[in-house]
Amino acid sequence: MRRVVITGRGVVSALGIGVEGFWTALSGGRCGIGPIVNFPTDRLTVKIAGEVRDFDPTAHFDAKRIGLMDRISQFAVVASREAVAQSGLVFADGVGGRTATIIGTGVGGMTTVDDSYKKLYGENGQRVHPFTIPRFMANAPTSLITMEHGLTGPAYTIASACASATHAIGHAYQLVRGGVVDVAVTGGAEACITFGTMKGWEAMRVMSVDCCRPFSRNRNGMVLGEGAAVFVLESLESAHARGADILAEVIGVGMSADARDITAPDVNGAARAISAALADARLNPEDVQYINAHGTGTAANDATETQAIHQAFGFHARRLAVSSSKSMFGHALGAAGALELLATVEALRHGVAPPTIHFGEPDPVCDLDYVPDTARDLDIRVALSNSFAFGGLNGVLAVAKF
Amino acid sequence: MADVKKEVLEIIAAKTSLDVAVLEPAALLADLNIASLDVVEIVFALEEKFDIQIPFNANKAKTEFATVGDVVRAVEALVTERSDSN
Repeated sequence: MRRVVITGRGVVSALGIGVEGFWTALSGGRCGIGPIVNFPTDRLTVKIAGEVRDFDPTAHFDAKRIGLMDRISQFAVVASREAVAQSGLVFADGVGGRTATIIGTGVGGMTTVDDSYKKLYGENGQRVHPFTIPRFMANAPTSLITMEHGLTGPAYTIASACASATHAIGHAYQLVRGGVVDVAVTGGAEACITFGTMKGWEAMRVMSVDCCRPFSRNRNGMVLGEGAAVFVLESLESAHARGADILAEVIGVGMSADARDITAPDVNGAARAISAALADARLNPEDVQYINAHGTGTAANDATETQAIHQAFGFHARRLAVSSSKSMFGHALGAAGALELLATVEALRHGVAPPTIHFGEPDPVCDLDYVPDTARDLDIRVALSNSFAFGGLNGVLAVAKF
Repeated sequence: MADVKKEVLEIIAAKTSLDVAVLEPAALLADLNIASLDVVEIVFALEEKFDIQIPFNANKAKTEFATVGDVVRAVEALVTERSDSN
């Protein structure tokens, strides 16, 4: 099997557009969550989110293309441009045909769906935008990335709610590792902070109205986020042959299904995914220094994830640094795993564990080192990124310093 | 208010397949095997029935909505508040 390395990455998030700004904010413990500004919130109970601010589509796309692109696809394509540019790859002479495009999303073009229903049901409108269907279909971000760069190999979207991006990247990793393709452009995108989606999440009664405080005793729920992160994965052979700058190595993926409950997380399912990632990467627990946690800030997730880490790591669990970046950019659902793998890769590269901010006080059922409030210098050689989705679908990625 | 209490208990019974007789005010929801997702559904049904908004957060369910009586009292208070403001 071939070794797989990361040679490019790009991001659009509540902590900024572009990797440099993202990492400066993340390592500086800056909170990207605030009052929702993109639509009126007077009929909402939950009025905060990790929105991508100051994203001007016209700065990135000409008017003709914008008509075809939901916000989710705009995020995905902008992130892919940064990743591909950094990789230095040119998809000519058959390289595009040996490149897969695998993107994760939870729900697809929700802004388009929301706007269309508002027009039809709310305003008694007679028609919707002619590109309503190609805008909201879940494969739109994937398709638009292939068109942007001329990627003609296998391409599809993977949907597994909050684990979508992790599953997408894990699957892309397997395609490159197994020799199906030489390159994969992969990641996740989500842009569903709309009135309708917020109402749905409010109804679940799992949202915080003021702040996301993962692993803290006074945590009171999750906060929705949005954005996209895209990576260029490449066989080590291909990266070496063209003298590419190698950012990190992907060394394993673990996946599992709880097969128990549609919303409640399960310790055993999560622990099996973590252990599967360790086994896939041929790691012993003590080889890992850092975990970027799923850490949603709900009562149930954070306690369950803590137990799962104990179960998978045994005595080494207490020596790990574990932090939740959702405390800063919220829960970006189908994009979460990609944004958080980016946080993990940057943590490796900079030798810094980003913090869990808004950490109030320790909870007896969350008894690990969550890097509270301030980033910490840490020699990270191997790190994991956890994603545990509604529906009981779990994914864990393992990355190593190169 | 007796009617409100009766209707609340009937809704809880309907959502949980429990007999109204076991829904004593002091009974703990956890002891009745009413999980937090069940409470979310019960709260939704109560809001629809009484046209009220119950500020329930599942993350704090154990402290705020521990017993059957907690649910009844919360609904009674909100129904009173609604009729006072009318």
